[in-house]
Amino acid sequence: MEDIIKNALEAIPVLGHSLANLLGTPPGVYVVMAALPLVFILLYALVTLYMEMKVSAHIQDRLAYMYTGWHGVLQPVADILKLIQKEDTIPAAADKPLFILAPYLVFIGTYAGFAAIPFSSMYVGSDLNIGVLYIIAVSSIVVVGILMSGWASNNKWSLFGAMRSAAQLVSYEIPSALAILVAVMITGSMNLQEINHFQDGGIQNWLAFGGPLPIAKKLLLMPFTLTTFFILFVASLAEVNRTPFDLPEAESELVQGFNTEYSGMKFAIFYMAEYANMFLVSGVAATLFLGGWGSPFGSFMSGPVWGVFWFVLKGMFFVFLQVWLRWTLPRLRVDQLMYVSWKVMMPFLFVCILAVGMILSF
Amino acid sequence: MIDTLPIKTSTGRPLRKEEMVINMGPQHPSTHGVLRLEVVLDGEIVVDVIPHMGYLHRCFEKHSEHMTNYQQVIPYADRMDYLASMNNDWGYALAVERLLKIEVPPRVEYIRVIMAELQRIASHLIAVGTYGIDMGAFTPFLWCFRDRERILDLFEMTCGARLLYNYIWVGGLSHDIPPGFVDKAKAFCKYFLPNIKELNDLLTYNTIFVKRTADIGVLPADVAINYACSGPMLRGSGVSFDLRRDDPYGVYDKFEWNVEVGKGEMGTLGDCWDRYIVRVREMEQSVKIIEQALAAIPEGDVQSALPKRIRPDAGEIYVRTETPRGELGFYVISDGSATPYRVKARAPAFVNLSVMSEISRGCMIADLVAIVGSVDIVLGEVDR
Repeated sequence: MEDIIKNALEAIPVLGHSLANLLGTPPGVYVVMAALPLVFILLYALVTLYMEMKVSAHIQDRLAYMYTGWHGVLQPVADILKLIQKEDTIPAAADKPLFILAPYLVFIGTYAGFAAIPFSSMYVGSDLNIGVLYIIAVSSIVVVGILMSGWASNNKWSLFGAMRSAAQLVSYEIPSALAILVAVMITGSMNLQEINHFQDGGIQNWLAFGGPLPIAKKLLLMPFTLTTFFILFVASLAEVNRTPFDLPEAESELVQGFNTEYSGMKFAIFYMAEYANMFLVSGVAATLFLGGWGSPFGSFMSGPVWGVFWFVLKGMFFVFLQVWLRWTLPRLRVDQLMYVSWKVMMPFLFVCILAVGMILSF
Repeated sequence: MIDTLPIKTSTGRPLRKEEMVINMGPQHPSTHGVLRLEVVLDGEIVVDVIPHMGYLHRCFEKHSEHMTNYQQVIPYADRMDYLASMNNDWGYALAVERLLKIEVPPRVEYIRVIMAELQRIASHLIAVGTYGIDMGAFTPFLWCFRDRERILDLFEMTCGARLLYNYIWVGGLSHDIPPGFVDKAKAFCKYFLPNIKELNDLLTYNTIFVKRTADIGVLPADVAINYACSGPMLRGSGVSFDLRRDDPYGVYDKFEWNVEVGKGEMGTLGDCWDRYIVRVREMEQSVKIIEQALAAIPEGDVQSALPKRIRPDAGEIYVRTETPRGELGFYVISDGSATPYRVKARAPAFVNLSVMSEISRGCMIADLVAIVGSVDIVLGEVDR
C-alpha cells in the first residue's frame, strides 16, 4: 500500500510535466479542445438529469428527490455512482463485441457532433467550413449504434426498438436537413460560426425573424423562417427519441426498446448520449435560427464569455421545452410518426424553401 | 403467411420471410399484471393474439369451500379484484344474504353504496391513469393516483385498511363510518369534479391521444353481447346496460343518475376511446350518487342484522352486481352446513379479456397495448 502511495506521489510531477509538454504542442491543444465539450456534457448531463426529475415532479404534483443534499441536488451524482457500481451483465446469447461497442458508438456519434458547435465567438472545437453538413452526417452514426445494440442484444423487443429507431431517424433526418437548408440559403454559408456572425446585432437579426435583411424582405421571410424553425424543433424531438416521438424506447410497448438488455454503466452511457443529443440538436437550432452565442440585446452583454452564457441559455431553454413536452404528451404510433414526417413536414418545408428562394432572388 | 423469396442463402436454402412469434408478458410493463400474450407479428402488424392466463391463480373457489364459515370467504373476495375490493365484498355478501333471506338496515345500504361508488372512482382512476401510461403519457397517471389517495384515506379512516378492506360483511359492516367521514367525503366530491375536467384537458381530448385510441379495437355491440362482455366494455359499444339500474340491488333505485354509454364521438362506436370516456364519465356519475347518498344517509346500527351463525338452508343462488369492470356474479351453493358447498365467481375481467383476440387482429403492436389497456383487466380477478 505504502509503495503505491509513494509511486503515485512521485508520478504527480511527472504527469504535470507531461501535461505541460502536451499543452505546448499542437496535439495538446487538440486534446484540450476535445476535452472541453466532454466536460461540458458531463456537467450538463448531471444538471439536466436533476432538472428533468424536478420539472417532471412539479408537473405531476409531487416533489421528487428531497433527501440527498439540499432539495436533492446530489441525487444525480448518487444515481451515477450507483450505476457505476452495478453489475454490468451481458446476456449469454448476446453478440458480445457488438453489444459492448454499441453504447459507445451512440455516444461517439453525438459527441463528435459537438466538435462543430460554436459555444462562443472564441470557442468552436473545429471551425469547419461545412459544419452543418458535418453535424448531420456524423449524428447518423447514432443510428448504427442503436441498430447494433438492438441486434446484439438478441432480444426481439430490442430488435423491434432498433428497427423503429432506424426508420424514425432516417425519415426525420430529411426534414431537419431541409430545415437547415433554409438557414443555409439565407446566410449563404455552411460554417456555423459564419452563420452566427451573420445574425450579430440582437434579436431582430435572428434568422427565425428573417435575419439582418432589408425590412421588406425580412417581413416576407418571417413566416417561412418561423415555420421552418418550428419544424426543425419538432424534427429534432424525433431525432433524439423524445416524447411524442419516443417510439424506439416506448416502454409500454417494447419494454424498454433497444436498451432493454443493458445495465450498469452501458445503460448510463445510452442515457448520457440521449441527454447530450438533446443539447446538440438544441444547440444547432439555436445557432441556426436564434443567433447562437449572440446576445439578444445587440452589443449589451455580448462578448466571448457572455457568448457561452447566451448559447448555453438558449440550448437549455430548448432542453427544458423537450422535458416539458415529454411529461405532457402521449406517444404517436409508428405509422402516424411517418405520416407527420413525410406528409406534413416535408410539403411545408418544400414550400418554405421555394418561397425563401424566390424572396431572396429579388 | 410464409413466403419464399427468389433469393438463396449461402447454404442453398431459399430465403424465407415468416411471422414472428413474440411473448408479451408476463413481465411486460403494459399487460397490467401477469398476463402473457402470445403475439404473432408480421412486422408491426398483429396477426393473432392468444392470451395465456393463470399466473396469479390462487384457488379462490376451492379455498371458499374449506373455510370454517361463510364470513371467512370475504377476505378472499377482497383479493380477487384488488382494485375494487369493496365491490367484490358486496357481491359475495349480497349473495349470502339472499341465500339467508335477511334484510340489512337502510344505513348499511347507504354506506355500502357510498363505499362502492368511492371504490368505483378509485378503480376507474387507475384504469384511466394506467391507460395514459400505455399511451406514453406519464402525468395523468400521477394525477389520478393523487386523487385516488384521497379515497384511500377515506377508506383508511373507516376501516383501517387502504387496499383490502374486509369491510362489507354478511348482514352488515365491520365498522360504522367514523365521525367526520360525511364532511370529508363531501369535500372530496367537491375537490374531485374540477380534477376530472383537468384530466380531460390534459389527456382525453389531446389530439395525439385521440388519434391513438379512436377507431382502434372496435368492438361492435353484437360481438360484445355474444362474448358476454359487461361493464364499460359493453357500454362503450353503445349498449345501455348497467346492473345498478337494470337489476337493482342496494338502494341504487333511489338516486338520480345516468348510465353512460359510448357514442362514437371521436371515431367508430365501440373503439378504445369510447371505452375510455365511459369510465371518465362514470366517475362523474359516481360522484353524483355519492353526493345524494351522503345527503340522505339515515341513522341506525350497522351491525344489528349481523347473523349470529350463518347456516343457510340447502339451496343455491346466483347474484350479480356491477363492479367497475362489469358484471360480477357469485354462484353459491349451500348444503345446509356452515361452509359453502361451492362458490363460483363469474369474473368480469376474465370474460372481457376473452374478446381481446377477436378485436385486436390486424392492428399494430402499439394498438394492441391500447386495446389491452382499454379492456381494463385486473389479473387477480382474471386468474382468481
